[in-house]
Amino acid sequence: MQPRIVILGGGTGGTLIANRLHRLHGDSVQITVIDRDDRHVYQPGLLFVPFGLSDPARLVRSRRAQLRGGVEFRLAEVERVEADRSRVRIRGDETLPYDVLVIATGASLMPDETDGLTGPGWQERVFTFYTLDGAAALRDALGGFDRGRLVVNMVDLPVKCPVAPLEFCFLADWHFRQRGIRDQVRIEYVTSLDGAFTKPTCNRELSGLLAAKEIEVTTEFNTGQVDGAGGRLISWDDRETPFDLLVTIPLHGGSEIVARSPGLGDELGFVSVDRCTLQADCAANVFAIGDATNVPTSKAGSVAHFEGETLVANISRFLDGRELEPSFDGHTNCFIETGFHKALLIDFNYETEPVPGLFPEPHVGPLRLLQESRLNHLGKLAFEWIYWHVLLPGHAMPGISARMQPAGKRLDVTAMERSVR
Amino acid sequence: MTIDVEDPPAERDAEGFLVHPEDWTEALAVEIARENGIDKLTPRHWDVINFMRRSYLQNGTAPSIRTLGKLSGVPIKELYQLFPNGPAKLAAKAAGVPKPRGCI
Repeated sequence: MQPRIVILGGGTGGTLIANRLHRLHGDSVQITVIDRDDRHVYQPGLLFVPFGLSDPARLVRSRRAQLRGGVEFRLAEVERVEADRSRVRIRGDETLPYDVLVIATGASLMPDETDGLTGPGWQERVFTFYTLDGAAALRDALGGFDRGRLVVNMVDLPVKCPVAPLEFCFLADWHFRQRGIRDQVRIEYVTSLDGAFTKPTCNRELSGLLAAKEIEVTTEFNTGQVDGAGGRLISWDDRETPFDLLVTIPLHGGSEIVARSPGLGDELGFVSVDRCTLQADCAANVFAIGDATNVPTSKAGSVAHFEGETLVANISRFLDGRELEPSFDGHTNCFIETGFHKALLIDFNYETEPVPGLFPEPHVGPLRLLQESRLNHLGKLAFEWIYWHVLLPGHAMPGISARMQPAGKRLDVTAMERSVR
Repeated sequence: MTIDVEDPPAERDAEGFLVHPEDWTEALAVEIARENGIDKLTPRHWDVINFMRRSYLQNGTAPSIRTLGKLSGVPIKELYQLFPNGPAKLAAKAAGVPKPRGCI
């Protein structure tokens, strides 16, 4: 009998791994993807919605339609995973046995975990662009905002696409300059981190950009409470930041399915996996991909893409009874929109922080790392097409390997930085 | 040739974190706490420091403030009272483990 592979979640990671597995194994394995709805959102597009640069309706496609023929798609609510019995319990008292399980249930927003955040003022002067509805509501609010304090608050890591809050600040600066009212609007970025970004070289570059665009930064601010009616952020150590319009990036956690499954996740509901093989700690035949894992790298589509190569190899190895390969290196690749038709590009992994250089071809580029350029912005725009036509179908990206390439990177910059610190 | 017979002081980085977590002792925790304005470590402080150390030795990373709030048995508000100005960082420092790094 063919081995049965069950994939929980038909988002970026679940879709690309289903398609890669099917391309490799054809009908010699049985692949089932389960999701509770058939709406696949192109999440990188959410950032542009509040500025009218992206139409929310255009960001959604059918999940089923992204899967190869031969991959089964099921609409169902998963109750929990029973890893000790190699089966998934579906709501309605059905069980689904598996030989291999892939958890691709992503990250969830948890605005209710912050006191007052979804209380008075929510969706009136307090918004998030991390959901389709939130991004659309924020577009209307921004359009009517012509003076006052705009505060962008990253409550705490981990969050999806940790550079998105900074990109939002850059695009807001551009938006208000275009409207000729930038001098009427204060933009402040409030973060729990001790810098705009966690990695030193990149932090220096981004801090310079924030200063040049007159975006104020408040660091080490741990939001404990939001007073929407009074327009105040209140930190756990009783500092306050006033706002007229708040854009929050709420706390994230793993999926409820993970939280409901004994032994599967960590305290935040992310699946505990080996960071190089992506095998779950709880059982040898359980794996995870994308935002659902607890691996110490960004929660980003590029990570799911690079993980895909490791995962498809390791699932095949597991089915053959061979040893897994520890090949995932934490590779992450992100465009950072900076407004005015420009963007930065960063490329890094577990060991190497983002540095300047050329990408993907050493000495050739054409994309410049950690430096603003128009070409990087075009790259970001092109990514939407690549997402639907290359990344989700599970193809390799021409010229871009799953492992991060040190060639073309100015690694001496990091060394210099270290010796200065 | 070295003539120094005393143990050298535990090596620290620029921010005051121990470079080698294995150098840690309880006496060192008291000393680091004092340097950071905490004159006396109460049993509640030790709950957090011990949790921090256990968690680091088990997982290889220092827990975040959110994780401390969920798992250490000490709520976040109290963590800020015990370790003012950044409990996760200060408790990590006193526990002799590397600075908690947000994963980005």
